[in-house]
Amino acid sequence: MSDLLATSAIGTRQVRLDGPDKVRGRATYAYEHPVDDPLYLCPLLAMIARGRAATIDTSAAEAADGVVHVLTHENAPALQSTDDAELAILRSPEIGFRGQYLGAVIATTPEQARHAADLITVSYVQEDHDVELREDHPASRPPESGGGDVTVGDVDSALAEAAVSIDQRYSTPMEHNNPMEPHTTIARWDRGELTLWTSTQGVHPTRSTLAPILGLEPDQLRIVSPHVGGGFGSKGVPHADMMLAALAAKAVPGRPVKYAVTRQQMFSITGYRAPTLQHIRLGARADGTITAFAFDAVSMSSQTKEFPEEATKPARMMYAGDNRRLTQRVVPLDVPVPSWMRAPGEAPGMVGIEIAMDELAVASGIDPIELRVRNDPENDPDTGLPFNQRRLVDCLREGAERFGWDERSSQPRTRRDNGWLIGMGVASATYPAGRQPGSVARIRRTSDGYEVAIAAADLGTGTWTALTQVAADSLDVPIEQVELQIGDTDLPNATVAGGSTGLASWSAAVLAAAETFRREHGTDPASGAQSQGEAQANPAAEKFALHSFGAHFAEVRIHAATGEIRVNRMFGMFSAGRIVNPRTARSQFIGGMTMGLGMALHEKGELDPRFGHVVNHDLAEYHVPVNADVAEIEAAWLDEEDPQAGPLGARGIGEIGIVGAAAALANAAYNATGVRVRDLPLFGDAFLPR
Amino acid sequence: MDHPLNLTVDGQEHTLAVDPRTTLLDALRDRLGVMSPKKGCDHGQCGACTVLVDGRRLNSCLALALSHDAAAVTTSDGLATDGELSPLHRAFLEQDAFQCGYCTPGQVCSAAGMLQEAADDAPSVVTEDLEAPVDLTDEEIRERMSGNLCRCGAYVNIVAAVSQAAEESR
Repeated sequence: MSDLLATSAIGTRQVRLDGPDKVRGRATYAYEHPVDDPLYLCPLLAMIARGRAATIDTSAAEAADGVVHVLTHENAPALQSTDDAELAILRSPEIGFRGQYLGAVIATTPEQARHAADLITVSYVQEDHDVELREDHPASRPPESGGGDVTVGDVDSALAEAAVSIDQRYSTPMEHNNPMEPHTTIARWDRGELTLWTSTQGVHPTRSTLAPILGLEPDQLRIVSPHVGGGFGSKGVPHADMMLAALAAKAVPGRPVKYAVTRQQMFSITGYRAPTLQHIRLGARADGTITAFAFDAVSMSSQTKEFPEEATKPARMMYAGDNRRLTQRVVPLDVPVPSWMRAPGEAPGMVGIEIAMDELAVASGIDPIELRVRNDPENDPDTGLPFNQRRLVDCLREGAERFGWDERSSQPRTRRDNGWLIGMGVASATYPAGRQPGSVARIRRTSDGYEVAIAAADLGTGTWTALTQVAADSLDVPIEQVELQIGDTDLPNATVAGGSTGLASWSAAVLAAAETFRREHGTDPASGAQSQGEAQANPAAEKFALHSFGAHFAEVRIHAATGEIRVNRMFGMFSAGRIVNPRTARSQFIGGMTMGLGMALHEKGELDPRFGHVVNHDLAEYHVPVNADVAEIEAAWLDEEDPQAGPLGARGIGEIGIVGAAAALANAAYNATGVRVRDLPLFGDAFLPR
Repeated sequence: MDHPLNLTVDGQEHTLAVDPRTTLLDALRDRLGVMSPKKGCDHGQCGACTVLVDGRRLNSCLALALSHDAAAVTTSDGLATDGELSPLHRAFLEQDAFQCGYCTPGQVCSAAGMLQEAADDAPSVVTEDLEAPVDLTDEEIRERMSGNLCRCGAYVNIVAAVSQAAEESR
């Protein structure tokens, strides 16, 4: 256990420091960096899901007004590495998914680029494609990376002997991150060096990925991203759009090339949450104690590049059970490349697990909160390690009190109001409390304060503000004396804003730098004095299973005649260690829960098996929650600090808000209607009288 | 062929020539470097590009620039007078009514337009009494702000901010 940092700025409801610029629209997002004489890119996309482009006739496009260059696999610049098939674009005419890049037009205006791209004609040699995920798909196999299967005891015998059992299938659909700012890059090559003004959750990790592919030394590639218009994982790793902009710019050295991915293109280019199929079997004693826990999950992946959506991940540590069996499989199909979306693994996995727990509660006649309390393990069932702070039960009980759980009827269809059936549901939340080593912070004394430099990212997560608060307390100075610099590879290394590790990891670097600075320069340093420090791995990770927990409560109403489902209110109670900024933290929790509402009720990419594309590929047809969908959402947290998280005592909060939220809504819908929906999203037709 | 266009943006007059295919949003961002309105979908589905044109809120990505010759466009930046944040801006800050900030200038313009519509007693689909003065309940605000998506999920705080600004302007 380490000593906790004394706090002054930490824990205060500081208003966002980047806020005044953001409300006026003065913060500089990727597209908005001032550059001289830009060119504009419009891509050419594959219109088949599998096969090849036999010919690409670019002659009309090249002759069109304003066109400067047309890029295809026939003239694309060489790459140093082609191992990553998502990023090594324009190498051949082969097509692995519909919407794949086949080329690009670069022109003087966006209108000219778009018009010219329309003039390109492609003749295809089409092959049969397969984009349909099924549990018994012959291509199903274990993921290349991942946790591996778990077999403990004898699940089948335990299920056969169980007093109560559940054997059900659940599914989660294709979901799309859809940050409001589309993935955008301005690329400019200048004397063999490349600058990318882009939108990313990590400038250094992005450089580490792209530089070797482009054959550049790290110092030949600069990436700038001070403000990120949302990401939710899709900007966590670079996607093909950044490569397209980089390759296009190489063809026009000295000229900046601007490329904002269109909303439609985002559905095939910038990653998405792969659909999952979940077969869950639970066996329990009459008192609800789980004796058998079996979870067999299958997720869709891409032939182009594998990404497993590991729904079984939370099953490893969530509940106890002497007999356990967890299997994770992927089915690679002719589809776009899936990637991170807010709480990959946990978010879909906790849909099946937490609905199954609700079903077990019904089957055993036990209150769903009490059932979870009875199955709360002492140690991590996966590793056997003690938990850092497993306060799930506190979240459930405190949350139930604040939400008014005692108003709930355990019998479905018993609460009615003017044609609406009303129900309440609960679900647990969890997310790992990770901290990454390797971030470096540099602190420099200036004439009137301290400059703190670290190439962290703020994608709405509040980094500009919260990391300034951490720096102020690390140096024991008021926040007005701290000038934070983030989002540029010219600043010291920072790990990615992903996996809810950002603030904890960067803060460890800032704390280390401040300690070194005070040791080297004392409390009255001369202007120009400078030190840096590096974040180390959290030593507690070897002795403890580090996780955050929470409990979601929801009340919904469903119209008895039409099946329309509306959310009356949601409440989330979380245990996340010390909260650095209560104002922005509340927003982040609520934001995760709001996205959970979308997951529960709205979001589904409809992949057309005939053509292999997402048909509803825009914001009119891929529904995300709008203001009128969200009535009352509130979040609160246990007043605590986590000594195992390091001196900051804080754990990440970017993802836990979505985990379990959808299940709480599905369970509330069951409580309202008696209809158990096991496939997200919950559309109204499921509740129509049959 | 480019055609002449006059626009007044946040009080500043501009004369330029644009391609007839150019949207008002692209004219602002690509031609005039006015980056306060954002492009989120380019299809009028997200509201990030909302500006006030002659006082009314408008999705500038759905408007052709040449259809708005001589128009007065106000962006969220232009709602700040002499560099001072407007009451609406301050309410967004105090209520933390945004996270990433990308939809925010559009939300602010939409809120400004909506507050005026409500002050003019224009009813919405959830208004019970079409003849009575509009009472800006949370339900009314939610309905009237639903053309502006926020993927960070700041809606509850946006409602609080708009409500606060409405109270203050009373």
